[in-house]
Amino acid sequence: MTLTAKQTRAWLLNFSNKIHDNKQYLSDLDQAIGDGDHGSNMSRGVTAVEAAITDESLEKASDVMKKAAMAMVSKVGGASGPLYGSAFLEMAKVIDNEAIARVIAAGLDGIKKRGKAEVEDKTMVDMWAPVVDALQDGRLSVEAIEEAKAQTKPLKAKKGRASYLNERSIGHLDPGAVSSSYLFIALLEEVEVND
Amino acid sequence: MTKRFGVVLVSHVEELAYGAYKLVKESATETPLTYAGGTDDGAIGSSFDKIMQAVEENEADYLYAFYDLGSAKMTLEMVSEMSEKSVEIVDCAFIEGAYTASVLINGGNDKQAIDDQLAPLKIK
Repeated sequence: MTLTAKQTRAWLLNFSNKIHDNKQYLSDLDQAIGDGDHGSNMSRGVTAVEAAITDESLEKASDVMKKAAMAMVSKVGGASGPLYGSAFLEMAKVIDNEAIARVIAAGLDGIKKRGKAEVEDKTMVDMWAPVVDALQDGRLSVEAIEEAKAQTKPLKAKKGRASYLNERSIGHLDPGAVSSSYLFIALLEEVEVND
Repeated sequence: MTKRFGVVLVSHVEELAYGAYKLVKESATETPLTYAGGTDDGAIGSSFDKIMQAVEENEADYLYAFYDLGSAKMTLEMVSEMSEKSVEIVDCAFIEGAYTASVLINGGNDKQAIDDQLAPLKIK
């Protein structure tokens, strides 16, 4: 099953709502191990996404995804701009033809390439990688997403601003993994992914 | 006539980018030099549009780009992938790297000479 433009739009708008609802929480998480702007940056980004994807003339899922990517790249202002932007751009390349597991896997590759991060570096990769695995097995659930999120807590950051803290980054959730968790919970809410 | 090499400075902070520009410009008056700092609304961060503008407005076609922190580098990478120009992102100490490259370009050095002198300044 591939996503339609309508499903993609609904998914991203749901994600956007979750980011707005958790804006302060995301910034608080980032304050602990980063520069404290993840919530406001993401909120600014998804506001731009909303404006960019409401255009009903976007016929294909890839059109919607590309618009969302450029909005994130242009408006976020922090590291999550190029990271989400690269993920969405890579997803746009395959979303019209591939099943959702392959689409998210393409996004994960985009993030890894841009951020040079691997699993267990305490980044959004630690949310995307287990989600790809779960989708491939047809068992993505809110519980699986929450579990992946919790797993970022004991990790020591090896990438991004948090890595300057070394051991002191341990014991905190990764803000990028948390914002990514909203993307995947939104996906579950809008699309039947485990068929 | 377009010049061959130029330098782009990218910082998270507008004043830092401009400060680096002022410092470098003093010694490299002829080097095509542009800068981008902060987000679109002047806050701390990086702006794709501002960086793209700094790349496009630079007189040179081959640009050495210097940055302060990692997310500026990622935004620079996206700009370099979408711009027609050749943008070489250099992982050097921001000020020292930009200064060295600019002065060497100003003196008419070739790419090999510039790259050789930048190599020991790589720190990231």
